[in-house]
Amino acid sequence: MADSTGILVLGELENSSLTSTAKELLAAGRILADSLDQKLSIGIVGADLEPSAQDAIAHGADQAYLVNNALLSEYQPELHLAALSHICRQAGPSIILMGRTESGRELAPRLAVRLGVGLAQDCLEVSIDPDSKRMIALRPVYGGNAMAAVVCTGTPQIASIRPKAYEPLEADPSRHGETVSLDLDLDPSMARVKLVERVEEESEGVQLETARIVVAGGRGLGGPAPFKDLEVVAKLLRAGIGASRAAVDAGWVPPPWQIGLTGKTITPDLYITVAISGASQHMAGCSGAKVIVAINKDSEANIFKEARYGVVGDWKKVLPAFTETLRELVE
Amino acid sequence: MSLNIVVLAKQVIDPEMPMSAFQVDRENRQVVTPANIPPVVNGFDENAVEAALRIKDTQDATVTVLSMGQSFALDVMKKPLSMGADSLVLLQDEAFQNTVDSFTVAQVLTAAIRKLGDFDLIIAGRQASDWDNAQVPLAVAELLDLPSITIGKKVEVGDGRVNVERQTPEGTEIVEAPLPAMVTVSNELGQPRYPTLRGIMAATRKQPTIWSAQDLGVNTSKLQHQVETVDLYLPTTDKECEVIQGEDEADSGRLLALKLREAKLI
Ligand SMILES: Cc1cc2nc3c(=O)[nH]c(=O)nc-3n(C[C@H](O)[C@H](O)[C@H](O)COP(=O)(O)OP(=O)(O)OC[C@H]3O[C@@H](n4cnc5c(N)ncnc54)[C@H](O)[C@@H]3O)c2cc1C
Ligand SMILES: Nc1ncnc2c1ncn2[C@@H]1O[C@H](COP(=O)(O)O)[C@@H](O)[C@H]1O
Repeated sequence: MADSTGILVLGELENSSLTSTAKELLAAGRILADSLDQKLSIGIVGADLEPSAQDAIAHGADQAYLVNNALLSEYQPELHLAALSHICRQAGPSIILMGRTESGRELAPRLAVRLGVGLAQDCLEVSIDPDSKRMIALRPVYGGNAMAAVVCTGTPQIASIRPKAYEPLEADPSRHGETVSLDLDLDPSMARVKLVERVEEESEGVQLETARIVVAGGRGLGGPAPFKDLEVVAKLLRAGIGASRAAVDAGWVPPPWQIGLTGKTITPDLYITVAISGASQHMAGCSGAKVIVAINKDSEANIFKEARYGVVGDWKKVLPAFTETLRELVE
Repeated sequence: MSLNIVVLAKQVIDPEMPMSAFQVDRENRQVVTPANIPPVVNGFDENAVEAALRIKDTQDATVTVLSMGQSFALDVMKKPLSMGADSLVLLQDEAFQNTVDSFTVAQVLTAAIRKLGDFDLIIAGRQASDWDNAQVPLAVAELLDLPSITIGKKVEVGDGRVNVERQTPEGTEIVEAPLPAMVTVSNELGQPRYPTLRGIMAATRKQPTIWSAQDLGVNTSKLQHQVETVDLYLPTTDKECEVIQGEDEADSGRLLALKLREAKLI
């Protein structure tokens, strides 16, 4: 693919509209496209795509490739993979960006192999090396203990970007761009993986991913009961509530509460941690928090290296007074 | 009919080691293997072994553990055998030094799986705790044209299909695929079983099969890395923590709340 050119973002839809991750990818892609002086395209698959294509163009795309097919309206890995690889082959980009989302996690590695190349996984930042004109991708490794700068040696170069690593661009409805509809025959028998049932454990509280304030507890809470105390704080502050993996593994709270590398990524203005040591894998999920607060009895705990405010002490003594004062302040 | 299960397991630096012992050799762009901390089987791969053994608990099955690397700590890599796996195959070669390039790792593993012959199910960890790539199993599945299901917390086999309960950010999903298939599992599967004394004894007697690149028919000069590391460093933080200290711990809690109000955070 010597004459590969352009940046291609593969965007996802939710309820028929472009996800915020897709817009973040467009913001990242725009930077690459401008430094290479190449076009930025988006590839979208599903049904009724025209509005999303226009939305993508307003958010920075120059062009949209669409695969319109009713079989793609629900996520199914094999059919989506077939459609995405079709777009990649037709568009022939030099760089492909995907989101490290739930489906991106499944699709990106397979797509890369299908295109005969390797994937730069879970990147926080991508840029163009001024000399080689290749993409340099920055990614945490070893649970965030180290940072690696990597380049893909093949073409296309492909990276998956951690959600919320970029801010979407302001929508500019005056932007214009071309949409290209691609035909693709999909055979339903390609879909080997079948969804049997989906069980949502939706917590009644505030959504973690979008919460402005998050409160979370760790192993140092010692059991499930103290999470009730945290729930009181969360209610007072209209905050989301989460946990470390240690608390989830102990069975104190359900897995959807987990924040971190293999849990949720949160970006609140305020993140209050109680009895969490701040292991790098935990911090990987909250590095986008503006202000971190730590209550921990160990002054050497790593969390104090990341926190803005901290109390060194036993939560059993600190938390009740903290909660009471909060109540007086907010009521 | 016996079910053939292959488990992919990687030897990694212990992720639970103290952060102070974690060092990188920036010049050579690699993490320094700590001298006094033994490596471990990647945590999620122990979950993969456990998932395979739970299937073997309920039906006739053979569990083969496959690992690729440049050198191995045999006592560490024998842990799956002492848990109850039937055999261990180590893909060991000087040329396998860079096990962070998922593309080449997947090619070597695929060659070994083909050499093993018949298999019904491959179970792997969701990601390796060294480079957190979360790609090798999917790459292997793509190379072998297998359906893949990720982040399983319960894996069952019957009627030529695999049925997986998977963890999602919102809850759980039940997903099915025909065999042969690739499944990755996560810690939500639950504690891997502890080796029993009998298991440990049996494992001491078992010797791993060792295959080199040549045994696998892999041309190492053609194992081109697809992702190259150009820099590796320790991240720095410039954050300064303001420690709130009251007369006692309760007072500190009270002052913390006041501080957050003063900073207009609440
Ligand atoms: C591949 C991989 C992925 C991982 N993914 C994640 C992830 O997504 N999310 C995650 O959280 N972890 C993850 N981990 C685990 C992570 O490495 C840590 O083991 C985990 O975050 C520790 O949780 P913790 O801070 O609650 O427990 P600990 O590290 O045990 O810390 C407990 C803290 O509580 C404090 N404490 C104890 N008693 C009190 C008290 N009475 N008052 C005040 N403080 C007290 C202690 O001082 C200590 O700092 C992952 C690990 C690996 C290897
Ligand atoms: N060198 C290896 N040998 C055996 N299995 C591996 C190897 N590398 C990765 N795997 C498997 O693939 C999973 C994901 O690894 P990774 O893609 O490197 O994060 C691991 O949990 C293992 O099950």
